[in-house]
Amino acid sequence: MLKDITIGQFFPGNSIIHRLDSRFKIILDIAYVVMLFVTSNFYGLALAGLFMILVYILSGVGLKLIFKSLRPILPLIAITCILNLFFIKGEGEPLVQWGFISIYYEGVSTSIFMAVRIMFLIIGMSLLTYTTSPIALTDAIERLLSPLKKLHFPVHELAMMMTIALRFIPTLIEETDKIMSAQKARGAELDTGGLIKKAKALVPVMIPLFVSAFKRANELALAMECRCYRGGEGRTRLKQLKSGARDYIALLIVAVMFVGLILLNNFIPSFMP
Amino acid sequence: MSDIICAEDIVFEYPVLDEDGNEIGKNRVLDGVSLSVPEGQFVAVLGHNGSGKSTLAKHFNGILLPTEGRVTIDGTDTTDEDKIYDIRQTVGMVFQNPDNQIVATIVEEDVAFALENIGVPPDEIRRRVDEALKTVDMYDYREHSPHQLSGGQKQRVAIAGIIAMRPRCIVMDEPTAMLDPKGRKEIMNTIKLLNREHGITVVLITHYMEEAAQADRVVVIDKGKILLDDIPQRIFAQVELLKSVGLDVPQTTELLYELRKAGIDAPDDILSEDDCADYIYSLLTKDGKL
Amino acid sequence: MSNIIELKNITYKYSTGTPFESVAVDDVTLEVEKGEFCGIIGHTGSGKSTLIQHINGLVKPTLGEVYVDGENIWSKDTDIRQVRFKAGLVFQYSEYQLFEETVYKDISYGPKNMGLKAEEIDRRVRFAAKSMGIDDSLLERSPFDLSGGQKRRVALAGVIAMEPEILILDEPAAGLDPIGRENVLGLISEYHKQNGTTILLVSHSMEDIVKYAQKVLVMNKGKIFCHAPTDEVFSRQDEIIKIGLDVPQITRVMMRLRAKGIDLGTDIYTVERAKQRILEYKENKNNA
Repeated sequence: MLKDITIGQFFPGNSIIHRLDSRFKIILDIAYVVMLFVTSNFYGLALAGLFMILVYILSGVGLKLIFKSLRPILPLIAITCILNLFFIKGEGEPLVQWGFISIYYEGVSTSIFMAVRIMFLIIGMSLLTYTTSPIALTDAIERLLSPLKKLHFPVHELAMMMTIALRFIPTLIEETDKIMSAQKARGAELDTGGLIKKAKALVPVMIPLFVSAFKRANELALAMECRCYRGGEGRTRLKQLKSGARDYIALLIVAVMFVGLILLNNFIPSFMP
Repeated sequence: MSDIICAEDIVFEYPVLDEDGNEIGKNRVLDGVSLSVPEGQFVAVLGHNGSGKSTLAKHFNGILLPTEGRVTIDGTDTTDEDKIYDIRQTVGMVFQNPDNQIVATIVEEDVAFALENIGVPPDEIRRRVDEALKTVDMYDYREHSPHQLSGGQKQRVAIAGIIAMRPRCIVMDEPTAMLDPKGRKEIMNTIKLLNREHGITVVLITHYMEEAAQADRVVVIDKGKILLDDIPQRIFAQVELLKSVGLDVPQTTELLYELRKAGIDAPDDILSEDDCADYIYSLLTKDGKL
Repeated sequence: MSNIIELKNITYKYSTGTPFESVAVDDVTLEVEKGEFCGIIGHTGSGKSTLIQHINGLVKPTLGEVYVDGENIWSKDTDIRQVRFKAGLVFQYSEYQLFEETVYKDISYGPKNMGLKAEEIDRRVRFAAKSMGIDDSLLERSPFDLSGGQKRRVALAGVIAMEPEILILDEPAAGLDPIGRENVLGLISEYHKQNGTTILLVSHSMEDIVKYAQKVLVMNKGKIFCHAPTDEVFSRQDEIIKIGLDVPQITRVMMRLRAKGIDLGTDIYTVERAKQRILEYKENKNNA
């Protein structure tokens, strides 16, 4: 159900990972993702994976969350695996030959490599949201993108929209639940039938949801006006983002990792075709 | 005492359009309303839905501008565009649905919203946010997410978001209409605290007579006009008139009204349960004896 | 009389198996007679909303059995949709369920889902609209153009059009002004008188409940505190206040009077009855 999805959730805490400056966390997370794509062998992946597990332990959110965050994307991983398994042709003899299907050693290793890479990618990105409050995250995005303001890119507006979206997601989920119950009480069948029937059955849920969302938007705009909102110009913030020694140390560690990975790439030959 | 809100003979109307967008008439929501609110007063504006009471409230901080007449806030005309943010800081506004006025995902961030908008320095924001949260008794929830709170708690957060601006007046547009009895009590207690302890002028728009009964002054509005404007005791004595415009009266007042109809010389200015019980006691005893 | 609703030892737990596990309904047994108009009162979180969703099968009890019209609704051969048509449930702020282009179409949504014939649907829509005081001229209007009170009544008509044997209403008057409240509750009461439908009315307002209901069910912390005729429930007014529920203002006045030494009875919850007792008391004294 909707409630079981952990991606995007925030687990408040006071670990060193929680306390890192959110701007640094975003940059480090991007660096981690780049590392995953730069590495061309299992040693590099293993290094990145070990590193991420260590960070999970440091963050204190619990290793169980790793599996929870992977669950919703298992189908995606499965599809990637299958595609790689069947479509990559190797140079040697196929391992399995069954009709027109043939599986090569390269196919097996690539599909495992890709699966592991996606998994590491997801757990790394999840940790960012697990340990960073939505407010800190949008704040960081706003600050990181602020150079774009010179190009008239609406940075503040974007951040404001993200904040409001995050604020209203739980409200709208609750509301969807309520509307679904109300229509079920009138005999709606929301979970049976084929795709088209299902889509049709959603109309009585979607329309009230939109009507209510527009009403909410209207009222929220009015309330914001009453609280003197006039865009990003001249705005101050309650919480200032502060970077300190630990943020630079984290940056250094990741930089060292990066160098290590590149060395691994150069000294251990890539298995990738 | 000086008047913080002064509405002089205001009219508000909007065009009625037909299906092709042509104007076919005007809908007059406010029809010559004059109302002055002295600083420090707690005034309730009572009326049924569609009486114009919410429209009137929106004139008090420049959300709506009168078609005719004028509204001044602490001497400043609400049509003065350069002063609009001063006006909105002087007169804060709280709405009916608490969910739709909370902007941020963390309570204290939301309370800070108005202060961030008007460019208060961070240290000062922190001080004022803490103070506002303590005033509405929500300080312990400062790091909660709004959707974990009850309706009454959310509405108190919304009030904190307004009082953090340190307004001299708060206009509340049916702040309890969507709350359960417990939430309603919480909000009424908060309103009384703000008015009595902090000296903030309160304009409470409501259709609950038991809330209006707690104010210093009640203004009854019907069809865009002020029908009655007096202290609660004298307002609720007009049982028939109030019922004729679709409003309730407290059961205490109604009982004495019914007794009067039955030929008993009951007073018409009793509102509280205590006074009502005292009167019935005196009615049913002779010289204080059973 | 026969019982149209029987709940046997039902318990409902939220988020079972997680640290957030909590009991919303705790071993509740309830019998409701056919044709009863029962008011349900309790705090937010007392379990009353969860309880009523058991009756039309929107919520399945963790433990216990639910019988509607003598039939176990969770037995294998019961079609849960048929149960929903039999026990119509109107949620709080029901106007959010409106979605059709016209009032007529919206009211017909339930009957259409029942698979009825066109003429029967038409009859039911018109009957339901009439019961809820919706003028024929409104039927072709968009439900979104109506006033708050009208929208609420259209939503009620949408459930009434299914002609359920049990009508369950969660705060049908919430957020309406005094005219709107009396209008909606009056129409529901009239509908009950005309059709003898069993009605469960959830409300936060004791004043509203005593005005219309014959019986009152008080919920407290997931359990039924009492379920009895109104007079009997009010004889326990001190306990009701103790669990934090409001009694009508007139009842509180009478309690104060009793504390002073004049007892006019514990069953006073309307102005009319208070007046009658005061006049009687005065009369008796004058004659004495």
